[in-house]
Amino acid sequence: MREFAYFRAADVGQAVATVAADPEASYLAGGTTQLDLMKDGVLEPDQLVDITRLPLRGVVREGDTLRVGALTTMEELAADPTVAGRLPFVREALLLGASVQLRNMATIGGNLLQRTRCRYFRDPTVPACNKRRPGTGCAAIAGAARMHAILGASEHCIALHASDLAVPLVALDAIVRVRGADGERSIPLTDFYLLPGDTPDRENVLVHGELITAVDVPLPAEGTRSGYLKVRDRASYEFALTSAGVALLLDGGVIVEARVALGGVGTVPWRAREAEDILRGAPPGPAAFRAAAEAALRDPFTVPGTAFKVELAKRTLERALRTVSGVTS
Amino acid sequence: MTTLTVNGVDHRLDLDDARVTLLDALRDRLGLTGTKKGCDQGACGACTVMADGKRILSCLTLAAQCEGREIITIEGLGVDGVLHPMQEAFVRHDAFQCGYCTSGQIMSAVCLLAEGRAGSDADIREFMSGNLCRCGAYPNIVAAIREVAGAGGGHA
Repeated sequence: MREFAYFRAADVGQAVATVAADPEASYLAGGTTQLDLMKDGVLEPDQLVDITRLPLRGVVREGDTLRVGALTTMEELAADPTVAGRLPFVREALLLGASVQLRNMATIGGNLLQRTRCRYFRDPTVPACNKRRPGTGCAAIAGAARMHAILGASEHCIALHASDLAVPLVALDAIVRVRGADGERSIPLTDFYLLPGDTPDRENVLVHGELITAVDVPLPAEGTRSGYLKVRDRASYEFALTSAGVALLLDGGVIVEARVALGGVGTVPWRAREAEDILRGAPPGPAAFRAAAEAALRDPFTVPGTAFKVELAKRTLERALRTVSGVTS
Repeated sequence: MTTLTVNGVDHRLDLDDARVTLLDALRDRLGLTGTKKGCDQGACGACTVMADGKRILSCLTLAAQCEGREIITIEGLGVDGVLHPMQEAFVRHDAFQCGYCTSGQIMSAVCLLAEGRAGSDADIREFMSGNLCRCGAYPNIVAAIREVAGAGGGHA
């Protein structure tokens, strides 16, 4: 690991000013991605600004919005009673991710900014990685690509965004609150991430020095049912091959509101709006569920290693819809 | 100088290099080698310790971040030379083979009980999944935890 300076920020303004003034500085929160990638030599900041003691922790309900402080840990958010009562798929996504130790460290802001698990990105001895070294190519496309993306991918990059939590949060239209050197702004999570295109090194709309201070999560209507289904290679402590986050409001035998997002398949947490449009107004059942799944997986970008994910993702979504709706046939 | 509070004792450390992790500080500077370095990348759980009562991975935590936090390691579990009930149960159930993951398993298991998550074997397996055992002693680890949970958990 390259040497770096450690600085513990006294307040948010000082933290932002310090990182904004140093192009090679990074924030340090839970550290579960940051320090891991520094040990691998993928990230080489000259300064880490420790923000873990800043007052950005805790969950507050304001009307129909849950304001989640960026430094709230995954375990803390999973234990929140409003999350348990009104946002079951958020709680499930949290508890199906990582391990308890990591969830006690990892923060909500950091979870949204976690870097891809692509092994070619994470290995500096691999010469070809457009995300790590723009213009060098993509080793994953011809490599071992089982854990890679099929939606939003391009010939320049098929790296997956591996967050479970971000899946229900994009489905809910969560808002990311950010503070930078020039003040505060709010960014819809659905506009926060950037598709790789031909600049996979740019992953989100943040500019250097901007700090996530909170995530606002709109609560769905009373009576909404939700669930998060994660399919993976081992029963626990593993990233998703495919996943689906679904929230449905049923009334009189019809789906009146549907929120659908997919994990394990997208270069960004994948909101499936076409699938939602098909479900909204339809009676819950196999026909609507299959049509929604077909729409959600339209035009995938596959390589031999990821081709299996197209059907797996469709079936994952169908099963999630069956489970959440309670309509199995 | 940085003060680290480990097992109730304050230690003054000169963290001349910010790269020193909590794991390396415990092992190399304080001589507390019960906490093990497995993967050193947050994947195996061998380095599990408690910080302010919560289980964390000491390999992905900078020592400098721990100033003012209460760190408990495997050396801090027993009282006056008497093993913690979880340590006793691991011995009784032969819940290890090589023993390298054991201190992390035990730290995690003690926290598991404090979290109230040892209600079933399935829950024990799920919420212990961050601690890998390459020898595959899992059935015995689950049995040890189940026994302590059934007996009321022991002190933390």
